[in-house]
Amino acid sequence: MTNFINEFGIILYATLIYTPPLLYAALGSCFSEVSGVVNIGIEGMMTAGAFTGTCVAYFTGSPLIGFICAGLAGMLFGALHALATVKLGADQTIAGTAINMLGPGIVIMIARVLFDSTDTIPLTPDQKIPTLFKGVFDTTTVFGRFMDNVFATYASTYLVFIAVIIVWFLFYKTKFGLRLRACGEHPLACETLGVNVISMRFLCVCISGFLSGLGGACVTMATSNQFRPISIVGQGFIAIAAVIFGKFRPQGALVGCLLFGLCSGLKVILGGSSGINMHLISMIPYIVTIIVLVLFVGKSHVPAANGKPYIKSK
Amino acid sequence: MKKNKTIWEALLQSRFTDIFISIVLGFIVGAVFLVIMNIPIGKAYGKLFSSITSLKGFSYVVVYAVPYIVVGLSVAFSFRTGVFNIGAEGQFVVGSMAAACTGILLPNIPKPVLIPLCFLAAMAAGAVWGIIVGILKTKRGINEVLSMIMFNWVAFYLSNFIAGRPGIKNDGSAEATKNISENARTLLSADFIKEHGLCNTANWGILVAIAMMVIVWFVIEKTTLGYQLKAVGFNKYAAEYAGINVNGNILTALAISGALSGLGGALQLMGMGGRISIFSSQEGFGFAGIVVALIGCSNPFGVLIAGLFYGALTYGGSKLNLVGTPTQLISVIIGTIVFFISISVIFSTLRNPVNRKNASNLRTPTSQTRKE
Repeated sequence: MTNFINEFGIILYATLIYTPPLLYAALGSCFSEVSGVVNIGIEGMMTAGAFTGTCVAYFTGSPLIGFICAGLAGMLFGALHALATVKLGADQTIAGTAINMLGPGIVIMIARVLFDSTDTIPLTPDQKIPTLFKGVFDTTTVFGRFMDNVFATYASTYLVFIAVIIVWFLFYKTKFGLRLRACGEHPLACETLGVNVISMRFLCVCISGFLSGLGGACVTMATSNQFRPISIVGQGFIAIAAVIFGKFRPQGALVGCLLFGLCSGLKVILGGSSGINMHLISMIPYIVTIIVLVLFVGKSHVPAANGKPYIKSK
Repeated sequence: MKKNKTIWEALLQSRFTDIFISIVLGFIVGAVFLVIMNIPIGKAYGKLFSSITSLKGFSYVVVYAVPYIVVGLSVAFSFRTGVFNIGAEGQFVVGSMAAACTGILLPNIPKPVLIPLCFLAAMAAGAVWGIIVGILKTKRGINEVLSMIMFNWVAFYLSNFIAGRPGIKNDGSAEATKNISENARTLLSADFIKEHGLCNTANWGILVAIAMMVIVWFVIEKTTLGYQLKAVGFNKYAAEYAGINVNGNILTALAISGALSGLGGALQLMGMGGRISIFSSQEGFGFAGIVVALIGCSNPFGVLIAGLFYGALTYGGSKLNLVGTPTQLISVIIGTIVFFISISVIFSTLRNPVNRKNASNLRTPTSQTRKE
């Protein structure tokens, strides 16, 4: 029993390590997709945030400023995506692909210049995002160790779960949310009722970039303690998958990200002890996602106007 | 005289001009970054161009371009048929691995049999990878973008797993498969390479790529199958109303697109690497294929040119370190090009405010069919 509680605690610990970056990005993706703009540039925005956050924290020594700057960097690329897709009527997939090349390209180039041709930026422990409730629990008891594993975690992790609630409230309980969803379902009707679809979508894509940037920073400033060019490999796409999985709802995306984080956590536990081939174990999150989709979720409702450029008629 | 002018006008209004403007702008933005980084523009761009203009350099470009062209054709084919094949990466990986297994486990078969066998194995593996996604989509309504992203990673880990199996794994300490049989290599003969001063992985894969380009063009433009596939991609409800089997066509489109990506993997393996390493992250051929398809406007011939262009930038870019320039300059240039291509609608509007018909030329399937 003790052993079980220990292992369970470790699995939850690993889940809470893997989930937040995905969840930030997934919330970002929700904003963009629900307002009607396909954003496959999440990955690029995450890389931009990961680099900027780490870099700013490295130079200022303040993880808070770094974290905020990470969001702003993501937002910058979000604004670029919005400029192309919302203002200029660009194809959203093509623009997103461009962001995915530009984001990593630009930041890694800057990293090479700033850090003399190495592209790894290390952080000292006090430049990282702080861990809350550290040492609060008595780790000599089984229960205390469990609590320590689960609750003594990064501030960014607490923040993201609060963010899910805020986004859910914003989407479904406010006028802003109603308008936002309407922009994605039927922009013309929305415009007729006096909502400015263009600025609404622009704002949403910028928010999407901001949250993705925070997600990127989670990887480099919390989970690991350095930025490397391969810090962000595919998390952005996984986040997009989680949003589709969650039927374009923030609470659904939460389930998707937790499922993915949990499987990644299981992967760590199994990888250590079972002797099953590591590469096979690494497939678990992806296969479980597909199985869950086939068995329980099925068809995803996509916002009706998603992907269609809205061109304001004169 | 008048005729010349109309040709000139037609050229000016074509997609070609939009792409050309985008490429110029890409290099201008690259130059701006060079100035910011305090690197002489001439030095960096000079290195980029000088490294691809020699015969040896150009042979490298062609060799680099082969997988990009074939994967680009795969993505272009999917775009034309209304699916967004973001899963090209996974299809490439399983194709590459299927070809490797064939080339390692059947070493004694003569070259004229083994090479087609490797190609077929790769195409079959890629097609299966595409069809699985297609079945999930048509039978269970599962969004193909989601399942493709998942299957890319499954393919990646599956390849790593197989590469570590006894009988496949390298006998030495390298984290890679054995080298495939010489009979499965598409390399030109060593004497020929030496005589003409080509790069040492010079191979005839480009001929396969060109053949594929012709086949894809023919299937899309000249056959009933191509017409049906395009009809489903354009408006699946109208296609269904016209009596076309929509689900069957989606499966066919994904199978063909998957087979092409798988073939790309085989060509890359049999032409260049000769073995597959155990990677720590995806190599990004599928992503490159998407970019190539976009630059080539999803037109088979355009994809050929775009693939060569991408190959040239990738190879030239790998030499940039020699003059103290980060290789990522290439990503910035290509990213900028793709960005301007995405907004190139406004170029044609600027040139000819009345005629906005070009605006609809460049739409990927996500802008049409993600509404299910």
